[in-house]
Amino acid sequence: MLGRERMLEIAGKALDYSTADQTQVTLTIGESSLTRFANSMIHQNVSERNAEFAVRAVVGNKIGYAVTNKLDDQSLKSVVQKAIDFARHSAENPDFVSLPAPKPIKEVNTYDACTAGYSPEDRASMVGRIIEEGRKRGAVAAGQLSTGYREYAVMNSLGVAAYNSRTQADVTTVMNAGSGYGYADDTALRMSDIDPLRAAIEAAETAVKGRDPEPIEPGEYDVVLMPYAVGELVEFLGYLGLGALAVQEGRSFMKFGERITGENITIWDDALDPRGLPRPFDAEGVPAQRVDMIVNGVATAVVYDSYTAMKEGKESTGHATGGTGTYGPMPMNMFMQPGDASIDDMIDMTKKGILVTRFHYTNVIHPVLTVITGMTRDGTFLIENGKVTKPLRNLRFTDSVLERLSHVEMISRETRRLGMVVAPAIKARSFRFTGVTEF
Amino acid sequence: MKEYTERALDRIRRLGASYGDIRIVKNMAESLEVKNGKVEELAASVDEGFGIRVIVDGAWGFASSLDISLEEIDRIAEMAVRIARASALVEHEPVKLSPVEPAEGRFVAEVEKDPWEVPIEEKIALLMDADRIMRQIPEIKVAESTMSFWRTETTFASTEGSYIEQVKTESGAGIEATAVRDGEVQKRSYPASFGGDYAALGYEFVESWDLVGNAERVAREAAALLEAPQCPSDVRTLILEGSMLALQVHESCGHPIELDRVFGTEASYAGTSFLTPEKLGNFRYGSEIVNIVADATVAGGLGSFEYDDEGVPAQCVDIVAEGIFCGYLTSRETAAKLGLRSGGAMRADGWNRIPLIRMTNINLLPGDWTLEEMIEDTKKGIYAEMVGSWSIDDKRLNFQFATEVAYDIQDGSLGEMYKNPTYTGITYEFWGSCDAIAGEDEWHLWGVPNCAKGQPVQMMHVGHGVAPARFQNVRIGVMETAEEDE
Repeated sequence: MLGRERMLEIAGKALDYSTADQTQVTLTIGESSLTRFANSMIHQNVSERNAEFAVRAVVGNKIGYAVTNKLDDQSLKSVVQKAIDFARHSAENPDFVSLPAPKPIKEVNTYDACTAGYSPEDRASMVGRIIEEGRKRGAVAAGQLSTGYREYAVMNSLGVAAYNSRTQADVTTVMNAGSGYGYADDTALRMSDIDPLRAAIEAAETAVKGRDPEPIEPGEYDVVLMPYAVGELVEFLGYLGLGALAVQEGRSFMKFGERITGENITIWDDALDPRGLPRPFDAEGVPAQRVDMIVNGVATAVVYDSYTAMKEGKESTGHATGGTGTYGPMPMNMFMQPGDASIDDMIDMTKKGILVTRFHYTNVIHPVLTVITGMTRDGTFLIENGKVTKPLRNLRFTDSVLERLSHVEMISRETRRLGMVVAPAIKARSFRFTGVTEF
Repeated sequence: MKEYTERALDRIRRLGASYGDIRIVKNMAESLEVKNGKVEELAASVDEGFGIRVIVDGAWGFASSLDISLEEIDRIAEMAVRIARASALVEHEPVKLSPVEPAEGRFVAEVEKDPWEVPIEEKIALLMDADRIMRQIPEIKVAESTMSFWRTETTFASTEGSYIEQVKTESGAGIEATAVRDGEVQKRSYPASFGGDYAALGYEFVESWDLVGNAERVAREAAALLEAPQCPSDVRTLILEGSMLALQVHESCGHPIELDRVFGTEASYAGTSFLTPEKLGNFRYGSEIVNIVADATVAGGLGSFEYDDEGVPAQCVDIVAEGIFCGYLTSRETAAKLGLRSGGAMRADGWNRIPLIRMTNINLLPGDWTLEEMIEDTKKGIYAEMVGSWSIDDKRLNFQFATEVAYDIQDGSLGEMYKNPTYTGITYEFWGSCDAIAGEDEWHLWGVPNCAKGQPVQMMHVGHGVAPARFQNVRIGVMETAEEDE
């Protein structure tokens, strides 16, 4: 760990070396390690120490960007010069107004020394226990356990000087019991806040229940979507249309002030909420604001970075995604409002339907209609008369996310913290399954 | 570099590794994007470091660092060995590697026009011209023109005596016009979607595509799609254009033949494969005219090299011969499990990632038709062009692709344009229905620079040589039913 002072000192060199009208620098330094297992053995076990020093130089309203992972003074000077050269040779961008001015940033504790120091032996030992939980239940384990830390500093020539240190721990496990498969994951800023063994047990039990799946005809079925599946739908909404750039380019589904989902759907972004994976500021050093995006089904707001905000005379909400900013701002800490049902209640209330643990390989077919396709995976079950009766072979779905969120009948109290979303389970009507596979 | 590689190999031997290698990699990249008349991206990057991979107590360990110094090499070698010993704490089968002859040499893939020698103004001017022409069509709300260049210098050395240096340059470019009206969004791209086409060639490759000369057509087609009817839902004959077929090969052939995936080592990410070892040599993957090879030796391919990242020489491996599945993409470890020698498909995305089995150039060999003859020979069908989206199940059986555009075929002639086309099927049934493949003249080696695999994820540059091909009885157009209720 270099610490705030040293990180800002290194990052600040870019500002010292730069002759551009405005300059922004982001410095990331960190270590990450990942232990991967399959067939109940560790087969890949890796560690990395890396850095990134990225400079955005502004000359007039022309912008250049250059990045290096070499932190000696000569490399830093040369990357600053490259960004300036690119800016000088670039074309005018009349939409660019300025880099953001500094704003107070709320301190958030996102670093945990135990997680940063989690050793190869610790990871191997925990993986051994995950494998054992599978073995006890007759399941073969695959997955990964990763831990790491990063220090992140953002500075610009207008006075932004933001620093954050952060740890993260993730576990993923896919269990296989003959022809049955199960999945679970967990992620947090602290290793002590994830429960790899609970994930192992959940995945193994799903796999065991999923043995000998039977085919079912594709068609429209009521569904109980577990949080992993719901999280993926919400992530797609974020990616497709909850950023200002998508709205400005006319490719977003957001019709402000209009109802776009059922009244029971509320989705917001809050990067400071500890129930998610907090981050105090964005890739431009702008403090993250809570943004209520869909409120009781009504399209309310999208997230901004400084470029898209200044284009509309607004303030950035602190959602810049970094790099050259080409992808535009994105909500990265989304929450879907939980309901008051339990997952058992949802199953009880389903006459005939399909329980989906998670989706696989989802992709967009029509962005404005939010039509996506994908497969079910790692635990698909038939529900009949309020009971889970048998495992099913995986199905392909092709459906509109907004359409399905307009037909949600029940939402669970329980939520799961996934990568970018904290999501509940839902029960929805008439989900469109369009194909079936052989397992 | 020898000072560093020898230090690493000496260190890991002393620490008790039965095998070890080090890769020192320097990657330079440059990317440009012009969007709606503005330079949205003008970026350069330099990324450098080393990774050490070892086998200790029959288990793998890998550690890597950005700091190429003797002290850091000592530290990382120790870390790699410590990690391998930790891997070995969990019950495992000891890793065995198939043999490979040690190799030495320096291999520089020369290009005609070094992209780093072409002035940045010239590149921007080309993209600006294409952008301006696309935006002359009023319906075009987003015009994007992009170029990317990479240069990778790799030094590989192993405890078995290999010392190999390779330098590779890659280039790519493309344009995309998005038309928007009344909530409808449609796009067309050239020469392929998602950034265009890529090759292990210089700037001459970018110039060869004539982006400016195609800009108006691309924009007009995107605008025309706004008016086009929805592609019907039906079971029909389907003819696929090359770049779409390249992705079909990628998803339904390239991934399921990765032998590490077959053995389950990708189960926790994108999944496994239906092409299990008992099918090798006897499973009918496609019709008799379907011949597929994994060829790392073809000039200019994104999946071409002299040696893979285990020091195994580049090869051309038969994958499907006259429709029968007959080969895998392999590594030294996986090949040994089948009693084979490695086919040389281990590739790493940079110094900080371990090599995994990756596609080289997975090529569908040409047939003896022309695209024109295929269309003339089709009574009722669909001709579909360029990738819209893709999805396939976790054993690579059930797939669904969307294309940017389709055209009706009636009685041997191309007719009406359709929007939102999709097609779906089961891999071996689909390839089993292939009854025509165009010939050498229409065969092109496409570059795909964004193939994702592994945890932590690695993006690989791979190639697919294909010519347009025809498939019978394909389920077309599930989108129609999804849109009806909007």
